Amino acid sequence: METSIVISQTDGRPIYLQIMEQIRQRVVLGDWKPGEQIPSIRAMAIALQISVITVKRAYLELEREGVIVTQHGKGSIVASDPDLGSRLYDKEFEEHLRQAVRIGALLGLTEEEIVERLRQAAAQLEMEES
Amino acid sequence: MIDAAVEFSGVTKRYKYFTLDHIDLKLPAGYIMGFVGANGAGKSTTLRILMGLVHQDAGYVNVLGHAMPQDQATAKRDIGFVSEDMRLYGAATLEWHMRFVRSIYPRWDNGYANELLRRFDLKAQQKIKGMSHGQRVKAALILALARRPRLLVLDEPTTGLDPIARREVLGELMAVLADEERTVLFSSHNTLEVEQISDQVTFIDRGRILESSDKETFLDRWRRLRLVLPPNTRLPGLPGIVKVDGSSRLPVITTNRFEPAMMAACTEVGVSVQAVDVMTLEEIFIASVQNQREGGAL
Repeated sequence: METSIVISQTDGRPIYLQIMEQIRQRVVLGDWKPGEQIPSIRAMAIALQISVITVKRAYLELEREGVIVTQHGKGSIVASDPDLGSRLYDKEFEEHLRQAVRIGALLGLTEEEIVERLRQAAAQLEMEES
Repeated sequence: MIDAAVEFSGVTKRYKYFTLDHIDLKLPAGYIMGFVGANGAGKSTTLRILMGLVHQDAGYVNVLGHAMPQDQATAKRDIGFVSEDMRLYGAATLEWHMRFVRSIYPRWDNGYANELLRRFDLKAQQKIKGMSHGQRVKAALILALARRPRLLVLDEPTTGLDPIARREVLGELMAVLADEERTVLFSSHNTLEVEQISDQVTFIDRGRILESSDKETFLDRWRRLRLVLPPNTRLPGLPGIVKVDGSSRLPVITTNRFEPAMMAACTEVGVSVQAVDVMTLEEIFIASVQNQREGGAL
């Protein structure tokens, strides 16, 4: 299986998080289908030239999230959960919202102001699309 | 997981102007350890003790189940060692060296050696003296890798290499780990490459180990917190503070015992956390060395 995962040294986030995000995306988009075998931890580490322990951590956390299932000695597969795709979308949405709130707080916006800005953004988007 | 491939316990070696002081190290089989230190920190001495080339004054060294230096003859059959000062014979070709190594080590894998020649873009017929520094390093690496040793010990394998050659060398180190029984220990000053490929990270400075643990836990423990203090507020007591920079109202704190609860502890006393920065291994290494040299406890 072609991993097609890209690690960025200038991303600023830990590498295991980058791997997790890209695997989630592949699953959301259906590139990697439920029940499908994904590269082993060592194969992934060698392909990306990053340490085994980093990939292991990404896989462990993805397993905790229910995205993949690892069977001892048999490698890992994408979880066969019918709602997985929408659950992951939801998770990503949540992440973006948290990020927006964090940046808003850095700018000194109050909670109400952040909500208001979100409404404005929705209205703006609606206008652009019509 | 199997036993440790390499284990040092209280290893000490005294020289007139340098002491390697109670070195404790443990590298589990199947993993790769990056050994980081400034020039003269004790990296090469440690690796030489591991190889039985230098005998420790005190302490215990076990390599692949063999006590060193007593069992070095047996242990060395399973160890591949590459270092700067291990000179190849300049007047002879790489092929001559390959035949020589092959005659000593029955496990020599000729197919793999030829594959490495191709991947490293080397000619077996070329004499060592006509090779560039990068080509010599790659030649020495072929001689070590094609023996398929269970433990590969490399003293600064990438120092002085151009980015392309470095990538090729690191790629081959990683490929060794496809086999879960094989272990790699390499020293380097290049923290970026250590951060990228190592499972275990060890920092050494002035003959002492500063840190030695698995890389993920290690990176997770270190954070830089950028705080904003309201007037007349004091910093809350936080664990593992290695360094405080910035101004009194806008302190920047480096900790090596980060946990998310720290943020709550700050907010509780009215201190707002502007950012929690992940640190690169280079930043951690420098903070850790400075802290040690200033007499701080880690």
